[in-house]
Amino acid sequence: MASVTLKDVVKVYEGGVKVVDGFNLEIADREFVVLVGPSGCGKSTTLRMIAGLEELSSGTIKIGDRVVNDVPPKDRDIAMVFQSYALYPHMTVYENMVFALKLRGLDAAVIHEKAMRAAKILGIEGLLDRKPKALSGGQRQRVAVGRAIVREPKCFLFDEPLSNLDAKLRVQMRAEIKQLHMSLHATTVYVTHDQEEAMTLGDRVVVMKDGVIQQCDGALEIYHNPANRFVAGFLGSPPMNFFEGQLVREGDRLLFDEGTAKVSVPSWASAELAPRAGAAVVMGVRPEAMSDQASARFATAENAIPMRVTLIQPLGDKMDVVLATERHPHAVAHVDAHAGIRVGETLPVFIDTERVHFFAPGAVGERIATRRR
Amino acid sequence: MAAADSPFSSTFRQRPWSRAVVHVLLIVGSLVFVFPVLWMLSTSLKPIEQTLTPDPVWLPRPIEWRNYAATIEYIPFLRYALNTVFVCTLATIGTTLSSALVAFSFTRLEWPGRNLLFGLTLATMMVPFPVVMVPLYSVYRTLGWIGTLKPLWVPTFFGSAFSIFLLRQFFMRIPKSLPEAMTLDGASEFRIFWQMYLPLSKAPLVVVAFFQLMYSWNDLLGPLLFLTDQSTYTLTLGLQAYQSQEGGTQWHYLMAASVMTTLPIVVLFFIVQRALFQGMSSTQSFEG
Repeated sequence: MASVTLKDVVKVYEGGVKVVDGFNLEIADREFVVLVGPSGCGKSTTLRMIAGLEELSSGTIKIGDRVVNDVPPKDRDIAMVFQSYALYPHMTVYENMVFALKLRGLDAAVIHEKAMRAAKILGIEGLLDRKPKALSGGQRQRVAVGRAIVREPKCFLFDEPLSNLDAKLRVQMRAEIKQLHMSLHATTVYVTHDQEEAMTLGDRVVVMKDGVIQQCDGALEIYHNPANRFVAGFLGSPPMNFFEGQLVREGDRLLFDEGTAKVSVPSWASAELAPRAGAAVVMGVRPEAMSDQASARFATAENAIPMRVTLIQPLGDKMDVVLATERHPHAVAHVDAHAGIRVGETLPVFIDTERVHFFAPGAVGERIATRRR
Repeated sequence: MAAADSPFSSTFRQRPWSRAVVHVLLIVGSLVFVFPVLWMLSTSLKPIEQTLTPDPVWLPRPIEWRNYAATIEYIPFLRYALNTVFVCTLATIGTTLSSALVAFSFTRLEWPGRNLLFGLTLATMMVPFPVVMVPLYSVYRTLGWIGTLKPLWVPTFFGSAFSIFLLRQFFMRIPKSLPEAMTLDGASEFRIFWQMYLPLSKAPLVVVAFFQLMYSWNDLLGPLLFLTDQSTYTLTLGLQAYQSQEGGTQWHYLMAASVMTTLPIVVLFFIVQRALFQGMSSTQSFEG
């Protein structure tokens, strides 16, 4: 096992496109780190640079204490699981799993023992004689993981390994990968565009955009204290609602003017927000911090915004209510399911000001105030 | 192909008589092509006096099976056949291996000028053989290869543009993650070529091999240009020489020799037929 250190890593493709820009990250031994971001954010490229499938334009990558910039992939002691599984179609499951070991010239008995152990861990002993074509998506996924673990590498790299599976299998495999990590304790770098996968799997989550790390922290830490508007909008489903408005002062009170209604700024945020009175800010509210119920514990007349119901999406005990104001045509509230709301009606929506976030204007506006928890 | 998949199936359903029309046309067409073959078969079994008669004889009487045995004695058939098999084997191996290797390099390896050189390779397909005939002859003469079989097989070890093109198109359909996974497993580029690209490309390799085999087997111009000694003649050239020999051609022997020349290719075609069609339609998937 080993740590992985990336220092000032830059990747520029031919034609000058910078896909990874000044990437710094220290991954501790046995840590599970997830790189997450929208497609094209450079997360896969970063992973491929760790694997040695892409060269660095500048910077250094260390695995353990060794700088591996010029070390060929096979000598980096890593194993990678691809999105497409990349199983060798003309070889059986067993041959797929032992290919790397054979190339290393290991003793046949040792190879067999390692392969059988890995097959047992993943429950694929019954599939060893089959070709990949005869396997289901989930089985292929297991074989791909099996091929990685027989090599007992210092570090596992996963490149969106679950995105070809259906939703149910994805959740199941996610749990298996997490369990596998807990039993093998291998350093793992995992790339995904799925925020839910990132949150559930990672000891630490690295949110990327345009080749730059936006935030790197524990999943809940990022969820509750997003560094900027991009991160806030990326993690969480349905995503955080953003209301673009203005800070106004009325007497000695500081208010957030949404356009149709004003919400009083909570006392914990007034210190950071007071100097910005008169300026434009963005208020971020998670769907679960909004309620249509006057009985909600945070409901007061001072934190209500009248909104029109445009759509109701029932989810069983909860429902997502899609809402609109004059200025903001799309906001979602995640509330208890009840029959009281009808599409088309306008009602006061209460905002839990203890759980709001304030950002500077713009798509990647920096956080101005968040209540730390 | 089942009638249901036929491109005509909907027409057939709407206009039942059209089926008969189509079949008559197809049968007439195939008769045109099969006629010379049947005539060759028939003649090869005739006594000499029935070969050139004013009224064509279709069914020889008696059937002279021994024409075949006599042919082998009458012309050095085995010698020619051996030469042909020698050339065909080497040329087939040569073209298949070298073209695959070059196609791999054009697909998987990154090197400066790769695309330019690929374009140049394709451009050589536009140059007709008669244009290079004379320069080639003088090259081989300088090398001292005239009168040997070398000009017929050595050049195949330097790839053929069409085969390179065909294989490259197929190789490009192999997902990049497959060779990458092998790289991570510790395989060299040559091993990736040998243990992944070749086994995955059986069908197009069969196409390339079969086309080269057929070309070398049927080639008359090459042997005619470069072979001088009768002991090195291939079948096509041997039969051609035999035809004009002694004025009066022994047609029944010539046709027997022709049948024996054609048969191996026909048999081989039926053996590799499936792989051949698969290779040309390229519907293979690399799922998994």
